[in-house]
Amino acid sequence: MPKRTDIHKILIVGSGPIVIGQACEFDYSGTQACKALRSEGFETVLINSNPATIMTDPEIADRTYVEPLTLEAVRAVIERERPDAMLPTVGGQTALNIAVALAEDGTLERFGVELIGAKLDAIKVAEDRLLFKHAMEEIGIEMPLSGYIKSMDEAHELVKILGYPAIIRPSFTLGGTGGGIAFNAEEYEEIVARALAASPVHETLIEQSIIGWKEYELEVMRDLADNVVIICSIENFDAMGIHTGDSITVAPAQTLTDREYQVMRDAAIRVIRKVGVETGGSNIQFALNPQDGRLMIIEMNPRVSRSSALASKATGFPIAKIAAKLAVGYTLDEIPNDITRKTPASFEPTIDYCVVKIPKWAFEKFPSSDPTLGTQMKSVGEAMAIGRTFKEAFQKGLRSLEVRSAFRVPSDLDDIALRRRLVVPSAERVYFVMHALTLGYSTDELHELTRIDPWFLDNLSQIIERERELRRESIETISPGEMREAKRMGFSDQRLATVLGSTEDEVRRLRIKMHIRPVFKRVDTCGAEFESFTPYLYSTYEDEDEADPTANKKVMILGSGPNRIGQGIEFDYCCCHAAFALKEEGYESIMVNCNPETVSTDYDTSDRLYFEPITFEDVMEIVERERPDGVIVQFGGQTPLNLSMRLFKAGVPIIGTSPESIDLAEDRKRFGKLIVELDIPQPPNGFATSNEEAREEASRIGYPVLVRPSYVLGGRAMQIVYDEASLDNYMTFAVEASPEHPVLIDSFLEDALEIDVDALADGERVVIAGIQQHIEEAGIHSGDSSCVLPPWGIKEGHLDAMRRYTRELAKALNVIGLMNIQYAIWRETVYVLEVNPRASRTVPFVSKATGVPLAKIAARLMIGRKLSEFNLPDELTVDRFYVKTPVFPFVKFPGVDPILGPEMRSTGEVMGVAEGFGSAYLKAQLGAGTKLPREGRVFISVNEQDKRVVKDLAREFHEMGFKIVATRGTQKRIEAAGVPCEFVYKVNEGRPNIADLVKSKEVHLIINTPLGRTSFYDERSIRRAAIQYSVPCVTTMTGAVATVAAIRALREEELQVRSLQDYHVRAATE
Amino acid sequence: MTGYQEILTDPSYSGQIITMTYPLIGNYGVNDEDSESRRVFAEGFIVRELSRTYSNWRAGQSLDQYLKDAGVPGISDIDTRSLVRHIRERGSMRGCLSTSHTDEQAVIERARSAPEMIGSDLASVVTCREPYVWTDAQSQAYGSPILLHPNTSVDAKTSPRFHVVAYDFGLKHNSLRNLAALGCRVTVVPAHTSAEDVIDLKPDGVWLSNGPGDPEPLTGVVANLKKLIGRYPIFGICLGHQLMGLAFGGRTYKLPFGHHGGNQPVKDLMTGRVEITAQNHGFAVDADSLPADCEVTHINLNDNTVEGLRHRSLPVYSVQYHPEAGPGPHDPSYLFDKFVEMIEQNRKHKAEV
Repeated sequence: MPKRTDIHKILIVGSGPIVIGQACEFDYSGTQACKALRSEGFETVLINSNPATIMTDPEIADRTYVEPLTLEAVRAVIERERPDAMLPTVGGQTALNIAVALAEDGTLERFGVELIGAKLDAIKVAEDRLLFKHAMEEIGIEMPLSGYIKSMDEAHELVKILGYPAIIRPSFTLGGTGGGIAFNAEEYEEIVARALAASPVHETLIEQSIIGWKEYELEVMRDLADNVVIICSIENFDAMGIHTGDSITVAPAQTLTDREYQVMRDAAIRVIRKVGVETGGSNIQFALNPQDGRLMIIEMNPRVSRSSALASKATGFPIAKIAAKLAVGYTLDEIPNDITRKTPASFEPTIDYCVVKIPKWAFEKFPSSDPTLGTQMKSVGEAMAIGRTFKEAFQKGLRSLEVRSAFRVPSDLDDIALRRRLVVPSAERVYFVMHALTLGYSTDELHELTRIDPWFLDNLSQIIERERELRRESIETISPGEMREAKRMGFSDQRLATVLGSTEDEVRRLRIKMHIRPVFKRVDTCGAEFESFTPYLYSTYEDEDEADPTANKKVMILGSGPNRIGQGIEFDYCCCHAAFALKEEGYESIMVNCNPETVSTDYDTSDRLYFEPITFEDVMEIVERERPDGVIVQFGGQTPLNLSMRLFKAGVPIIGTSPESIDLAEDRKRFGKLIVELDIPQPPNGFATSNEEAREEASRIGYPVLVRPSYVLGGRAMQIVYDEASLDNYMTFAVEASPEHPVLIDSFLEDALEIDVDALADGERVVIAGIQQHIEEAGIHSGDSSCVLPPWGIKEGHLDAMRRYTRELAKALNVIGLMNIQYAIWRETVYVLEVNPRASRTVPFVSKATGVPLAKIAARLMIGRKLSEFNLPDELTVDRFYVKTPVFPFVKFPGVDPILGPEMRSTGEVMGVAEGFGSAYLKAQLGAGTKLPREGRVFISVNEQDKRVVKDLAREFHEMGFKIVATRGTQKRIEAAGVPCEFVYKVNEGRPNIADLVKSKEVHLIINTPLGRTSFYDERSIRRAAIQYSVPCVTTMTGAVATVAAIRALREEELQVRSLQDYHVRAATE
Repeated sequence: MTGYQEILTDPSYSGQIITMTYPLIGNYGVNDEDSESRRVFAEGFIVRELSRTYSNWRAGQSLDQYLKDAGVPGISDIDTRSLVRHIRERGSMRGCLSTSHTDEQAVIERARSAPEMIGSDLASVVTCREPYVWTDAQSQAYGSPILLHPNTSVDAKTSPRFHVVAYDFGLKHNSLRNLAALGCRVTVVPAHTSAEDVIDLKPDGVWLSNGPGDPEPLTGVVANLKKLIGRYPIFGICLGHQLMGLAFGGRTYKLPFGHHGGNQPVKDLMTGRVEITAQNHGFAVDADSLPADCEVTHINLNDNTVEGLRHRSLPVYSVQYHPEAGPGPHDPSYLFDKFVEMIEQNRKHKAEV
């Protein structure tokens, strides 16, 4: 069937901000879909609130709306654009939910918009538990039994059918609180009672447990002619019971016979047909009983997913791109396979390597949260590795995670504790499994404890055995045969150095002397059956090399590795832009990255793609094979930056700002000297390599101080310390200081205003790209603060000082490319807090706001172009308000205080654009999922310092008709100013207290600023209740002022939507 | 990526050394149920990594032990992707595995002295010696074809409705299981059974199996088929399909490196549907050589070669691929249903006449 000609304009819905469970895989899928549809001649309209995406680049879709993903906003876009169809299957659960809501409320019908990809009925069957259950019954596919109960009596009836163990999942509790697994009647009684009490609707789901069964996923595609193909099979290393996003997963399936695989394949095909997903990709999850091969279906996603991004990268088959083409009428056999060019997409990729994905967690940022892994996803990113064996891919995957200080066995770990660590799934369990193997645990025993398949355990055992053998050798005695065997198993030079008691450099030198070098093989979808035309490569230790490097002018870009808090999609965005710019400049672009979710690891993004860990060893091997003219390290965040000096010393041609300048900016002493020379104010600061030094420095500087390790991103382990006792505690438990990695100590400028400045420089000229004012004050990590462009009420003198300092610093550091400086304005003085001669997290935001592609220009500057060639003013301007607001994962981490601080904890961000600040801030809040009230009751409780200004805030709320309620101190202050204010107990004072008001939904907005360092348990329980009951909670005074502006806009203005193309065309013509 | 046990025991691999593109082999061991014939037919086996352990609930022994018991040599730690690329560029070729004489020239000489595939009549070597009636101890095993034809009534399985004569050129058990699952009593006959002997068996239909080697030397078989065409509904697969092509008066030729594996896309030209098929053949029917009363029904989407044929008026059809799967996808299992329907119609037609 050829492409449909009855539709012309298609709306694509993105997935919004990066959150746990929905990350840049949907930028990858959305970008592919937009590009595919546009290349077929369709007019594309995109809506997504996330400015850090490639998909929201103005070149990707015809019309790009960076607007909140609310029904109201999407409806407004539909009304304005009148698309013929809507593709809801490439924007995650967010897009699917919006599609369902707009179909059900009649919007789609009213405007004549057809759902393509998946129809409403299919989405509902897949998403509604009951409908899905019936559908599966009709086609004879088993599901774990389950049911909802509202009383103990119902619970008793249900368990008779389900049997033990039974899983209890209370409805609508935060992070599944109150649930559990009951192995007997006594436990069942107890957990069900607890679950019913915990559930605000007094209801709980009870499920038959199939914990310990093997878990599989199939990626399935179907076209309008009903052709169905399986793109990839994935086997979970961790058995059922752990969310697949938190499982180590392996492609293809490793322990299925062909019969088992075909039974599963048949089931998957029956499922996609029954559910009725007409076209595109679906992800189907199965559980298989390892005792008898019994198969159950767990769930089906009628859309592309994180797993389909993984499957695309694992096979080379671009699922989202093909899905988009199928949605407009093509059949699989009409679409060519990009990689082979000669064969069609109607086939099943075969892979001749093993792929391992390992999740990356961020529990260190949420210290009081439960680190147990279960059915709710908690990881923030993942790394994928490719090898010719599982062992090789697994070890490459582990090093791709960049866990800086390798896992260490706790010193007090006895056998009982170890067994518990093996039984209870956690982020570190795999390390404990390996530790248990070194202690001599058998694979059978480990299988009993972990339910991990013996095949995987035996492979880990082979690694441990090899390590044991290697420990008998030294760098002098190891033979070339042993070295080659170790490399073939995936041991890194660094690991070998540890095992052999040597250094990485020595191992590398010896290995090169022995001529043991990796070869590069291609990912080609077909197991080498056909020639491949896309150089998508991975390293392995084999005989034949297929890298086939060209003699072209070429530049290599080092990516940012797995997503983590503080280093995510923003950096991938910059890397992609570098690749695009280089292509436009006639250079060959070579991407190196190991994150399967990203656009950068799409083989379409760069000319050549190396799917490899970003370590010194792996990068050097590629550099030596490719011999690039330049290597870019400043776009991928801290990961490549941390390698820059070593690469530079090894003779790698790093382009842009020199590694020496990067080092200078990070080196306290040298940078301090520079800043004195330039006469730029900096808060008093120092560094320490020991506890004693830290104490001395802190008392010299004066408390409070901000302490943090050097060379980290995202404020990892950053804290505000108010006294020596807390400092000792920090130095002992939070960091490990050493001469190579000192702890930095800065005077903390309490209550200062913070500003981020991004700039471009070419060694001669500096262009200031954006001066962004933080809504939250200094002390709150810049990534966790909302910010606004242009600055909002900063004195011109201060702005001038920042402009001057930025130019001076850019020149002094000889910045070529991008730089970011953080300033604080404190008591009428502008201080420099931090200088980063690299792309920052705000580059995509500023690029979207100004309409100037900063990262692309920066890449061009790095290959020798000059700023004068780009027709840019000395400072870019914007003619409306752009607000960036972060999104936090607190809902996933019950028990964690959602208070903001110097350690970054947000996972993503949204942008709000409007003519006025209030509306822009409102849109950003909407985009971030915060529903500000139009009216109602606001609770105010502020610290002593903020009490000075609380009356103005209260008056504003009062004027807008809000009722105000406050705790004693604040209430007195407000009433004294003549504003009516009710009194409410603090949590420990009596009942009903403020937490009760929150729970009974009598409060609609909370303004609560913490009381400095003294314990704020009281406030914490308020903030926690706020999260659970979705009441907006503002924790800073500046945030409160912005919120007032937003509520005013909400009350007084209609929501307006405009496309980026509108904004920037208008800007260009004005 | 799966199916090594079935592949090793597929008589079509007789005379061949097999290399697997997937590097990790032996992971799920070997079981009692998944062999496709009475023994290992492959001459040798080349893998990247042989699994030290095996893990599967049906497994009875390791692949290593299984090959040792069968006396078939295997070799591991080979850059199999490099080997596959070599074969892709130069075509499938003769080879040998040696542990005794490892001098390069000597080994090459030994490989060169092996018989070429062109002109080899291997079907006559692997076929059964005597006719027999198919009975199946494994009919209820996990994933058995009986589960794939859920519409067939239980009665049909216990008391067969039709009698099919199956020519054994190197057949796989899964084909017979598919026929049995649809209510056929199957009599398996040796490759060179005469048309007259088949007629004496009074079949309702004749089925032609897959098998190894070049179809052209099998001139006697082709002569027999010519006599059976028109008399019974006939369904041929793989080598059976090539023999059908020859019986229709067409020609066959050797493909550069053949079609192998479980992911070959085939388009049904009658319906436009694409099916994913398992294939293993080095020869193909030349479409241009076919007479006018014969038409191409299926093509391979990778290279547009002939994948299926039928006679325009007689109940005779064949496919180049393996609808029985084992290993491979079940997409084409409908072809067996079609055969049984054809038999049924033919019987009705006869009754009416």
